[in-house]
Amino acid sequence: MLNFSDLLPYTDVFLGGLATTLQLTLLTTVLGVIVGTLCASIRQYGNKPSQRAVAAYVELIRNTPFIVQLFFIFFGLPSIGLLLTPWQASVIALTINLGAYSTEIIRAGLSNIPKGQWEAAKVLGMNFRQTLVRVVFTPAFEKIYPALTSQCIIVMLGSAVLSQISVQDLTYAANLVQSRNFRAFESYVVTALMYLGLAMLMRYIFGLIGKRVFAFREAS
Amino acid sequence: MKAIKKLLTKTLLATACVTAAMTATADVLSDIKSRDEIRIAVPQDFPPFGSVGADLKPQGIDVDMANYIADQMGVDLTIVPVTSANRIPYLQTKKVDLVISSLGKNPERQKAIDFSTPYAPFFLGVFGEKSVQAPNLAALSGKTVGVTRGSVEDLELERNAPSDINIQRFEDNNTTLTAYLTGQVNLIATGNLVATEIAKRKPARAPEAKFMLKDSPCYIGMAKGEAALQAEVNAIIAKALAEGKLNDISMKWLKAPLPQGFGA
Repeated sequence: MLNFSDLLPYTDVFLGGLATTLQLTLLTTVLGVIVGTLCASIRQYGNKPSQRAVAAYVELIRNTPFIVQLFFIFFGLPSIGLLLTPWQASVIALTINLGAYSTEIIRAGLSNIPKGQWEAAKVLGMNFRQTLVRVVFTPAFEKIYPALTSQCIIVMLGSAVLSQISVQDLTYAANLVQSRNFRAFESYVVTALMYLGLAMLMRYIFGLIGKRVFAFREAS
Repeated sequence: MKAIKKLLTKTLLATACVTAAMTATADVLSDIKSRDEIRIAVPQDFPPFGSVGADLKPQGIDVDMANYIADQMGVDLTIVPVTSANRIPYLQTKKVDLVISSLGKNPERQKAIDFSTPYAPFFLGVFGEKSVQAPNLAALSGKTVGVTRGSVEDLELERNAPSDINIQRFEDNNTTLTAYLTGQVNLIATGNLVATEIAKRKPARAPEAKFMLKDSPCYIGMAKGEAALQAEVNAIIAKALAEGKLNDISMKWLKAPLPQGFGA
């Protein structure tokens, strides 16, 4: 009954989809965390109006479905003259989405840094940049690192809906293959395993990075 | 025993009557003339070919065509609303004289009934903005075309289009349609009814038919072996084509002219 060899002619389609999902994930994880870090800093240390602006952005994104955000960017923006390719729309949608969620996660880490730590750094003669990187961000990120890892993986998994706007990602590959050979079970099993592999790979890589960045913990 | 005998007699009588009725309609055309009435089956559930209008009367391409034929024959018209499942049985049981019900031609149907020449376009094709030049498949090289994944037009494109075509596949007809309406794609492969839908929603972006991928026009169906009726109907269709009536009907309901070379 099951016949996985029917998938073999579509190896290239699957690999192409995997590559697209991987590229999108890599790019938007980096961009999203940058956006999150900036917004969290504003939320924590900025003036009132900028804090409110960030809060509005975070609430707007966290309280609307991702697919609606995606459709808005892809199908909605052209009516005000902004025509984006599926790829551009995807990068923007994923970045905005991860940015909002990671803002809240990173802010939790930042609010965990007691004021005394700033003051201690000042007393030790560290400049602002040094203080920010070494005394504030590093311990803050260390605290929220597992949560941030999970959020990045969730965004990677959520990228499956990009196939709706014809991005040729892994889910698109599965949909295409099963519309051609009607091997739905086989296509989706293979795709699910690929996502599982990707998620585990991400967790592993995040772990490696964490070990390096937060090496001071082990030393102490 | 008596009851059975009575039943048998009745059945025999009924059979005799039916046979008599069937032999009486040897020539449907002369029947229509002598009855001064033509009965035509039209769809009731398939706009824009046939549906029920706001005034509860049937309307659509097939209804207009039925009216035109009755007019040309100079007889009264009786509209018989049918569904796509029972339109051929209606014809076979002589409940109607003609079926004008977006009927496509295929070998199975040709065994059961006869067909006229085509009267309305029904096709899969590539449609797009007027400014885009795409007269044939080869011209799609390097161009982006939106299509609904897994549809017949998707498979046709994949099989026949140049390899450097960029096919953007969407989940359903509605999304494909939205992609065209919003300008995300300037060419789409779809059916002419979907193209009509776009023209209705946004006349400014009404897509132009570039070329056909698969042509399956609509024919008028009639009982087998009615040569006189077939000749008459074909003559009426030829006249309608020549005097632009078919094109008018197409413009009215499909918001597009007949495809080039229609009926040729």
